[in-house]
Amino acid sequence: MELLVASAIGILTAGGLYLVLRLRTFPVILGMSLLTYAVNVFLFASGRLTVGAAPILSDDATRYTDPLPQALVLTAIVISFGMTAVVVMIGLGAFLGSDDDHVDDQPDEPAGGRS
Amino acid sequence: MTHWIIAPVVLPAMLAAFMVLAARHHRVIQRAFSVAGVLALVGIGLGLAWDVSDGSTLLYQLSDWAAPFGIVLVGDRLSTMMVLLTAVLALFVLLYAIGSGWDDRGWHFHPLFQFQLMGIMGAFLTGDLFNLFVFFEVLLIASYGLMIHAGGNARLRAGVQYVLFNLIGSTLFLFALGSIYAETGTLNMADLAKRVSLIGPEDTVGIRVAAVLLLLVFAIKAAVVPLHFWLPSSYAEAPAPVAALFAIMTKVGAYAIIRVYTLVFPPDLAVTSGLHDLWLLPAALLSLTIGMVGVLAAKRLDRLVAFSIIGSMGMVMVAISLFTPESIAAALYYIVHSTLAGAVLFLIADLVRTGRANLDLTAQPVVAGTVLTSAFFLVGAIAMAGLPPLSGFIGKLLVMQSAYGTNLVAWIWAIVLSTSLIAVVGFSRAGSVLFWKAHSVTAEADAAPLPRPSALSYVAVGGLVALLVAHTVFAGQVQAYTTTIAAQLFAPEPYISTVLDTPGKMSEPKEDP
Repeated sequence: MELLVASAIGILTAGGLYLVLRLRTFPVILGMSLLTYAVNVFLFASGRLTVGAAPILSDDATRYTDPLPQALVLTAIVISFGMTAVVVMIGLGAFLGSDDDHVDDQPDEPAGGRS
Repeated sequence: MTHWIIAPVVLPAMLAAFMVLAARHHRVIQRAFSVAGVLALVGIGLGLAWDVSDGSTLLYQLSDWAAPFGIVLVGDRLSTMMVLLTAVLALFVLLYAIGSGWDDRGWHFHPLFQFQLMGIMGAFLTGDLFNLFVFFEVLLIASYGLMIHAGGNARLRAGVQYVLFNLIGSTLFLFALGSIYAETGTLNMADLAKRVSLIGPEDTVGIRVAAVLLLLVFAIKAAVVPLHFWLPSSYAEAPAPVAALFAIMTKVGAYAIIRVYTLVFPPDLAVTSGLHDLWLLPAALLSLTIGMVGVLAAKRLDRLVAFSIIGSMGMVMVAISLFTPESIAAALYYIVHSTLAGAVLFLIADLVRTGRANLDLTAQPVVAGTVLTSAFFLVGAIAMAGLPPLSGFIGKLLVMQSAYGTNLVAWIWAIVLSTSLIAVVGFSRAGSVLFWKAHSVTAEADAAPLPRPSALSYVAVGGLVALLVAHTVFAGQVQAYTTTIAAQLFAPEPYISTVLDTPGKMSEPKEDP
């Protein structure tokens, strides 16, 4: 299972990094999502991998798993989910406004005229 | 346990929610509450700074849970000084936003401004690394909204870059936190400081990776070259008051580096040796160079100011990366100076924009209100370039003095002095093109005269300039105080014991039988 989780994180990160380095907004946002999935799984695994154990105290539980990473992951998921929505909206606004979805500064941009 | 220390976080949060829910269509009410809130923050900041100026450490345990199980807010000299600096800066920036009408050019300026303050204050006060991440997110989310305030295509495009770059930074932060938790099993800074020193020399791989990742994250926030690419476009395109407030955001990165790398990974820790002098110092010198060369090369005033921010952050990081008490004291003095000077310059750029067709550095008809604006520009440029008599000069002197006697003194002195010269040339070029050459250009006869900036705008800029002058006049006292801050940072035992030994509601009573 360790191999499975580790390679899942690795593949997601590699794919995410490749997409983040693309030129246009859409692949970059996809890459961001892959990276956040990778980091969520990574955070989850940071409390050691335990199968079938309870995170919360109870009378009939004999083994426990670390509950803190689960709380951290929950926070991270909420933030990354909201942020993806925000960047999609801003990216869409920028694309509709200037009819161009490059993420970098365009060299042919006129130097002046903007107030 | 004093409750005041959480007020800088709670007050802006409540105000922002109130303004969104109850006063979203009432500009006057929003303005009044915003100014009142920031004034209260200044008062609270003064009180907190006064409270800890004797060297004590304030602790606030949320829900009365003892560290490391609960989240704690910790106020020592460093964090209360940064809180006070933020509050004072926010006051003048807010006055400028109201005076120039920037807050009226889009929705929700004031609530976002308050949320931004909440994030910054929380980042300065928290004693927990994951909580630091959360407050970073709060300040970033608010800054995304502020950055694209008032809209416009150029601004939205710069906003996309800004958001994406910071999202990648947040992801890196999470990776760093995950590795730290996997290695140590805690995220409380004081607890980490204890546990990291217990890690044996043979299994330091994970913690070293975590330390480097964390440094990368903070370096992105502090815009250290080569992680600075997000800054020029976004700061240049952001509304001027927002860019001026962002002057404190790069300092959040610098603050986090100082805090984490004195407390958790101190310079004498074998695990992270080589991180500061081998990696951070060259990067800092490079930032200084690229920033100041950018000042010389910029074709527009707002870009020029943005590059001068990178340069001054380079200066701060040079002082930080030396990691001696003397250099940290110099860095803190320079942080205050660079925050004020950067904010002043962004506001001046907006004063120029109000009375001019655009910000291109080409000869154009005389700027409306040119006398006062150019006088302020002169003061701001002198401060930022580090010429005598203002605080930039004193700050650079302190940094150079603290570098004297280290191995790389020749490099540091050479680069600091030559980049100062480049900055002087860059600023004088910009100033002469903007304000002197304008007199040789005649305005078109039918062009309508552009409006002068309002009096309140000048009051705000003048207030910041007065603070810069005060920072110069009282340099001795300020430097003495930053020296005590640095001394406190390099003797973290009281901090650690205050955080870890204060009992909470679930702690076993120790003395009761």
